[in-house]
Amino acid sequence: MTGAENPDKDLPPEEAGSQSQSQGQSEGQSQAQTQEPVPEGAAEPARDPLAELLSGYAPFEGVPDELMDDQGNVRPVWKDFLDRLAAAPDEEIDLACARGSQYLRDAGVFFRHYGPDSHEERDWPLSHLPLLIDEAEWQQIAAGLVERADLLEQVMADVYGPGQLVEGGLLPPELIAGNPEWLRPMVGVPPRSGHYLHMLAFDIGRGPEGQWWVLGDRAQAPSGAGFALETRMATARSFPALMAETNVARLAGFFRGFRDALLALRAEEDSRVAILTPGPMNDTYFEHAYIARYLGFLLVQGEDLVVRDGRLMVHTVGGLRPISVLWRRLDAEWLDPLELREDSQIGTAGLLSALRSGGLTMVNAPGSGVLETRALMAFIPAIARHFLGRDLALPNIATWWCGSEEAQDYVRENAGRMTIDRALSTSLPFDHSPDAVIGGKHLDGSAWDPDVLAREGGRLAAQQIVSLSTAPALSERKLVARPASLRVILTRTSQGWQVMPGGFARIGQSGTSADVSMQRGGSVCDVWVVGQQQAPDDTLLAATTDARPSLPQLAALPTRAADNLFWLGRYSDRVEQKIRLQRAYHLRMAEYGRADMPLIEMLAGYLDSMGVEAAKPLPEGLMADLEAAMGSAGRVRDRFSTDGWNALTDLKRTADKLAPRLKPGDDAARALSVLLRKISGFSGLVHENMYHATGWRFLSLGRAIERAWTTSGVLAAFSDPAAPVGAYEIAIEAGDAVMTHRMRFSATFTRETVLDLLLLDENYPRSVLAQLDDILTHLDWLEKLTADFSRKPSPIRRAVMKLQTELATARPEEIPPERLVQIAAACADLSGLLAETYLR
Amino acid sequence: MLYSIRLRISYDYDSPADVGRHLLRIMPASIPGVQEVQEARLLCRPVPAEQLERVDFFGNTCTEIAYRTPLEETVFEMEARVERLPSEPGLDVSPPPERLAQQIAEVPSVAGHAPQSYLPVSPRVRQNAEIAAWAAGVVEGAETVLAQVMAVTRALHRDMAFDATATMVDTPLDEAFALRRGVCQDFTHIQICALRSLGIPAGYVSGFLRTLPPEGQERLEGADAMHAWVRAWCGKDMGWVEVDPTNDMPAGTDHVVIARGRDYFDVAPVKGSMRLAGGQRTSQAVDMEAV
Repeated sequence: MTGAENPDKDLPPEEAGSQSQSQGQSEGQSQAQTQEPVPEGAAEPARDPLAELLSGYAPFEGVPDELMDDQGNVRPVWKDFLDRLAAAPDEEIDLACARGSQYLRDAGVFFRHYGPDSHEERDWPLSHLPLLIDEAEWQQIAAGLVERADLLEQVMADVYGPGQLVEGGLLPPELIAGNPEWLRPMVGVPPRSGHYLHMLAFDIGRGPEGQWWVLGDRAQAPSGAGFALETRMATARSFPALMAETNVARLAGFFRGFRDALLALRAEEDSRVAILTPGPMNDTYFEHAYIARYLGFLLVQGEDLVVRDGRLMVHTVGGLRPISVLWRRLDAEWLDPLELREDSQIGTAGLLSALRSGGLTMVNAPGSGVLETRALMAFIPAIARHFLGRDLALPNIATWWCGSEEAQDYVRENAGRMTIDRALSTSLPFDHSPDAVIGGKHLDGSAWDPDVLAREGGRLAAQQIVSLSTAPALSERKLVARPASLRVILTRTSQGWQVMPGGFARIGQSGTSADVSMQRGGSVCDVWVVGQQQAPDDTLLAATTDARPSLPQLAALPTRAADNLFWLGRYSDRVEQKIRLQRAYHLRMAEYGRADMPLIEMLAGYLDSMGVEAAKPLPEGLMADLEAAMGSAGRVRDRFSTDGWNALTDLKRTADKLAPRLKPGDDAARALSVLLRKISGFSGLVHENMYHATGWRFLSLGRAIERAWTTSGVLAAFSDPAAPVGAYEIAIEAGDAVMTHRMRFSATFTRETVLDLLLLDENYPRSVLAQLDDILTHLDWLEKLTADFSRKPSPIRRAVMKLQTELATARPEEIPPERLVQIAAACADLSGLLAETYLR
Repeated sequence: MLYSIRLRISYDYDSPADVGRHLLRIMPASIPGVQEVQEARLLCRPVPAEQLERVDFFGNTCTEIAYRTPLEETVFEMEARVERLPSEPGLDVSPPPERLAQQIAEVPSVAGHAPQSYLPVSPRVRQNAEIAAWAAGVVEGAETVLAQVMAVTRALHRDMAFDATATMVDTPLDEAFALRRGVCQDFTHIQICALRSLGIPAGYVSGFLRTLPPEGQERLEGADAMHAWVRAWCGKDMGWVEVDPTNDMPAGTDHVVIARGRDYFDVAPVKGSMRLAGGQRTSQAVDMEAV
């Protein structure tokens, strides 16, 4: 709802009338309906691999095909590629596809599917075969789109500036004045950089005459750059050799150009570039996190930001830091509750004021969504002639705004070849509103009433229905023809617009209907721009000569991210602790076969106090903590290793799978051991592999504080001399110290040995004292970042030092049971003290 | 007529609130031919960390303020001396209703006071079929656009009861119309909705109403708080006309304008972001006296 525009929701153009049939079909039905006819008895004596690959490849009537010319010959750009592909053994093609899909799963690429019941994460629907386009043709496309981008900048500058297009009759005032995307607070606010637009995307398709058409202009907050990159990486995994042998243009230079351009837009050297995301519940959040990580920009949400004296600042653990370039992935209406939507919870009050003060560049300027207005396309040709004195090289599909009688008459006569929909819609032309009319019919198949044109003409726009060209996709080791459209992304650099050489194409699912909506099973493929010469190897990283991150960079961890990492540390350790205690319970149940023994009752009571119902093998109180850990991790995907994330999801999946089948006792204990190994794997990955920057410090602080608290809590209960026999052993088990205890002491547990090891031994990494030492090390680091010269110890440092001094010098017998209760309470308070100093 | 005007808006919070940033539209504007501001000043308590004045899209004065520490109370006080110029009871030179659309189309502008912005739905005034049907009934027989505007003003005053307890500041106009009760804001929004349904561009005016009537006249409704009324575009010759549906009268020398926009969203006196733990109370006092 709140997100930047989403590539997944777009539907492709299609043949007149077919929309009404496919509407409401389930995925399964439409697959069944459109299965390819499999040729039978085609066993040839002499095997021609290329012919076999192409057997059954049937381009559609009346539209061009990207692979074959109208004589059925393979086009030159495809020739070498296809020969090599055909020469590969069938199994290799299967493996190649599997490699690509595996890459995406491992990389954690997903899109969020908005269903009626859930917002689930789905695999990115990769169509493994790339779409090849000849470099010479691509250059024509690129030049046409650059020309169009320049024109859109001029339109934008006029509707937020002098308004001459309306005054001169080139734009009807209704399309602006009644347009929710035309933001009045932005009128008369010149962009700091001199430009309103810095990134645009175009959906283009090839029509029946071979000419490319623009299907839609995306100017609000275009998505797809990150997805294009991931799609490229997956395809490179699938076909590494083929890619090396084909002269494919690389994408890294494009991203480097954009990154450098954004850095150059900064107002002052010490300010940052940030990417503004609506947050993890947005359908393209993965892309936001991915691109932030790839380009090295901060990923922020509205609540991270604040405006101070006209400057935009981000709350970080090192205090407020300036941001002077904000790449927004948020639709403009949500940006600023003071001047735009008042109910926005994801914006920042004063953001527009910061723009007005001239210290901030937004990519793109708020209000650029007005360029996506469907009816605007009706006027672009005339505006192009007005501004450029010529027609655009890459025109948009024919569009009529139904506000004039002349247009109404034309649309009435030709409705059979048109879609009629809302004039102010910003959806792509194949993404219909419920009251759309396609080929003279409503979506439910009923006939339309042409009088609607006279009644509400100005609210409607009509667009010609264009058929798209087809491109090859792999199906059952054979090539099949599918309708395709391209998303091409442009960014502005100091030298003008640069065009991403490639991008991605949407591939329709069926051979009869042109429906490429991914939500109904359509897919996306890489686009290879193929040149005469081998493109030089190029990666974004090669250009990064930055040495180790500087202190200000390290301090710029947004407070919200620090908070989430801290709680990830706490929850994941809490899960581990609960699993250990829960396992101890079920082991004893297995041993004694009854629950009415003092020790088992004590254990159950203790688990109950932690919100865990001991009698259940995998109680909700444990699963809820696991979900909380995943929730925290999900909100900091940009700072979190993919392997770590996968380890967590794997743990959750295993737990979900095991839960319904488990029996209490031995069975449960063994399952809990499996989960324990998995969560240890997660902790290991995070703590071994994560760069020891500020984020890792907060994660570690979370773990240390949680562990100090739970361990001292366990000791308070289970080292009590009044506890039932066997309690000391449980404390040792909960502290994972059975082996160590045996080595340091003997097989006999006493209160003193238990406290010595788990409370006071600085060399045992799970002891309370070791946690306090850890916390102090992390605090040393954080204090350097925040550069507080007052030298007054923070409340958390004072609290930790007090405890640390006590434990470092105490002997086990000097600590009475009631003191342990106080120590546990003091450890519990550390969380709030840390937040007070660093997380607000 | 020269007025001395005082406005006081205060907020009390149960626990210290992170009041953050506010946008105020409480300063009267000089409008040629309508009113002249001789002096006006704004006092915010406590003193904000930031304060900035500017003019918005519709030409209204707005003040941006920001606080950096949690507060238990905020007070905004405005004092002004404003000369309200006598308004001529102009002749009705508005076109017949069926010619209005053409005249609107002949204004090729989307500027702040061009009629185009005042016909489509706006944030607080969506379409409402019942109001449209009601409006179509009450303008029957009205031969000019102005006559239609006056007919709606009259009918609204007849059919709606002024009731300060029936609605809140964020009650949707549909609800107020269903109840046939409300305050000036509801009257104004309903009339805007009605006029737009008739194809007449209509907007919202916020302002003040003189507190004590001249001798021998009744005290007007809405004088003890900020007031609201309607402006309607009655064709190229007549332009904007302001009417007060709460009191069934043209807005005249008893009315002083603060801000004008499409609806309350554009002119709300206080917009703000705050994080509240407990509740809050707000009070508003207005005093407008002839000098």
